[in-house]
Formats: sequence, C-alpha cells, structure tokens
Amino acid sequence: MNIVIIDYGIGNPLSIKNMLQKIGANSTISNEMHALENADKLILPGVGHFAKGMDNLHKSGLSKILNELVTARKKPVLGICLGMQLMTRWSDEGELPGLGWIEASTRRFNFTDPTVKVPHMGWTDTYFRNPLIQTNRFEELPPRFYYVHSYYVTCKESEEVLCEAEYGNQTFTSGFVKENVMGVQFHPEKSHVFGMEFLRQFISWNP
Amino acid sequence: MKRIRVIPVLSVMGNKLVKTVRFKHPKYLGDPLNAIKIFNEKKVDELIVTDITASKGKKEPNYRLIEEMAGEAFMPLGYGGGIRTQDQAAKVFSLGVEKVILNTAAMENPEIIEAISSAYGSQSVVVSIDVRKDFLGRTRATYCSGTKSTGMNIAELISKCIEMGAGEIILHSADREGTFQGYDLELIRKYSGIEVPFVVLGGCNSLDDMSAAIRSGANAIAAGSYFVYRNNDCRSILINYPGIKNLQSLYI
Repeated sequence: MNIVIIDYGIGNPLSIKNMLQKIGANSTISNEMHALENADKLILPGVGHFAKGMDNLHKSGLSKILNELVTARKKPVLGICLGMQLMTRWSDEGELPGLGWIEASTRRFNFTDPTVKVPHMGWTDTYFRNPLIQTNRFEELPPRFYYVHSYYVTCKESEEVLCEAEYGNQTFTSGFVKENVMGVQFHPEKSHVFGMEFLRQFISWNP
Repeated sequence: MKRIRVIPVLSVMGNKLVKTVRFKHPKYLGDPLNAIKIFNEKKVDELIVTDITASKGKKEPNYRLIEEMAGEAFMPLGYGGGIRTQDQAAKVFSLGVEKVILNTAAMENPEIIEAISSAYGSQSVVVSIDVRKDFLGRTRATYCSGTKSTGMNIAELISKCIEMGAGEIILHSADREGTFQGYDLELIRKYSGIEVPFVVLGGCNSLDDMSAAIRSGANAIAAGSYFVYRNNDCRSILINYPGIKNLQSLYI
C-alpha cells in the first residue's frame, strides 16, 4: 500500500505520517505529480483558512492534478479537517469555490448561547451511519475523536453522510463518503486507538 | 454529554522531565519520551510540553526533543518555551506539533500572535498568562517564568491577545503551581466569560477540584504535578491519568 499525504503548505502532514507508521503503514509526504499518480490512496490534510487552502492548491497546480486523479481516475482519497471542507462546493470562509467533489457546503457554526464557544475543540463521540466503517472494531463505543473546527460540512444527500457528531445541541456531519471520496472533520492522526482503527479501515477500504 | 479536555502539562529542562513548585526548585523526574508513551497508553485528551528554561535563558526551542516527542504523541500536542519569532513557530509546527503556546513573546511582542494566527489559524495559537497575587492580594499578569510583570490588567491583556488572534487562553496560577492547593476558583469565575476556550492550570489536587473548576467556568483542565506524582506526594513519581469512568464524572 502506497499512501501519499498531499503537501500543499497547510496543515500537519508529519502527524499523519507518524500515525500511519504507528499502525504499520508506509506513507510519503509529497506534492509531486509522479508520486501522486503512483499512489494507491491519497490523503488531503489541512488546518486553517478555506480560501488560503484553495489558493495554495491552485497556485501549486495541485487542484488540476487532483481533479484528474480523483474525479476521472477515481483514486481513493481521504480529506481530513480542512481537507474535508475543501472537497465541498463552497464555504462561508472566503470567496473561492471548493473542489466540489461532493454535493456539500461548509458553514460557520453560529450559536446563540455564549457558553458554546467556537471553535469546537476537543473529543466528541462520533456515530457512524454507514457500515463501511465497522464500529465493532473500536475499543470503546461510540468511538471518540479529536475535533478542532469553526466550520462544519452539510451534505445535500443524506446517504453520503459517513458519520455525525454533536456540538452545542447541533448534530453535524463529521464525515462523508461518495464513491472514492471520503472526508472526516476530526483528526484521526491525533485520536489515539480510535484514530488508529479508523485509519486501518481507511487503508483496507476498497471503493 | 460534553467532554471536557483534561490536559497533563510536562515541564522539560534540556532533555529532562522536571517538575517545579511555584516555578522554583526543579526536580528531576525522568525521561519525557517515556512519560509521553505512558500518556499514550492512558489515552490522554491532549498534552502540553513546556520548556521552562528556554525563554529565561533566551535559548531556541530544543527542536530535536520536540521532534522526538511529537513522533510519540498520538494526541494533540501543544509546545511552549522559547518561541519568539514566526520562523521558530513554523519550525515547531513542521515537527508535528499542533499548538504553540506563547508567554514571554506574546507579552513583549503581541504582533507575533497575529503573525502566527494568520498563517496557521487561531486554533493553533495559545497564550498562557502567569497570574500572581501581590502582597495586597491583587492579581497581576506576569511572564518569563513569573519573573516579569506586564503591568497590564488581566482582562485587558486577555482581550488584546484574543484580538490579535489567540485561539485559546491558559490562565496559570503561578502561586499555586506544584502546591496541590486547588484551582483558584475565584479567578476562574472572573474570566470564565471570555470568548475563546479557556484552560486553567495551577494547584490541581483531585477530580473534585477539577470538577469545581469546570463548574466555575473553565472549558478545559490542565495540571502538572497531579499527573506525575502519586497521591499528591512529591516524593513518589508516578505518571498517571484518570480512567474514562472517572473522567465522565467531570462532564456536564
């Protein structure tokens, strides 16, 4: 298995590489076309601003390459955090449109209760809605993951929701999957045994 | 159920894990990497490492140790100590750290908060304020291991840090550090309304104490000595962390 973590100057690819290594999977961090083309699976990481993320993908020429690999050649890809949000059509954060690989948009959390602070930061129970991820393999149920985000994704098609979580009495989509495109809002690379199990299942995923 | 983050704080000097009392008398505890491995097994929510000599000695962060620690940390990792420039912060992030914790630099040069926050997002910039009480019992914001005073009102300082882009604030009760006297609940209540996640540190002695801090308005709990000593006894080193059942008793 050859996993490439896409390096576009945003986010923390090394943490993902460390975690994959911990579960015995090799990966490389790269922005080179050749490496991306030869990958069995791609991971699009990311932390930070949506428009800056898209801008980096455009300037480096990666958006074009990724569109080809993901939409035409159907290479399996996992977006993490901002990486997931970039896969949607647009975001409240900035003017640039997203990659649009899934019918979804990215909205800002907006709570009237001032004690519910944004970003949503911390560990949150996560409920998988698609049997693609086998929850009985997690050490504790429901599995919990580490989240840090001010924006959340909302899918147009409910069958594309992979998992959900709740913050400030709002249930939000914390993962989606559509054919070869998967995204999660949480950070599996920073979620101990829960993240390890999720990534193991991502590795064996065969869309 | 909302889970509250419970965060062990490890202090390092050089490559050694140490623990101080009121920022003094560092006691050697062992190897920080071992401690991190144990905290992995215990599935800690998050971890903070502070290099307590880097700012005072005007040294660069210990990049090699940071890289080794980040390589073992399968939970979010915050690092503080000796970060004075955006380039240094960039290097720390590139080694696999999620959050940088600013103290001295944020007080002396608040623009650095903005610079890091705009490049990496506010969630990756934490400002830690060392709170001390003077002989009249008035709270003062100090920095550089509590040796310098900002002369600023704490509320103003917090607002300024948030305005510059800090995504999280740690209020560290310097007078209680390592003393097991309990969190300063009065202080917590006073600042619980701030708009970003608010972490308290200094004095923790029990789960009940954590619970009291949460009920007083803390959004996350941090502690040093409580997680490295057994039964709050500084003679007995034991890396420990509450089990999930005990943690659940804290959640609101």
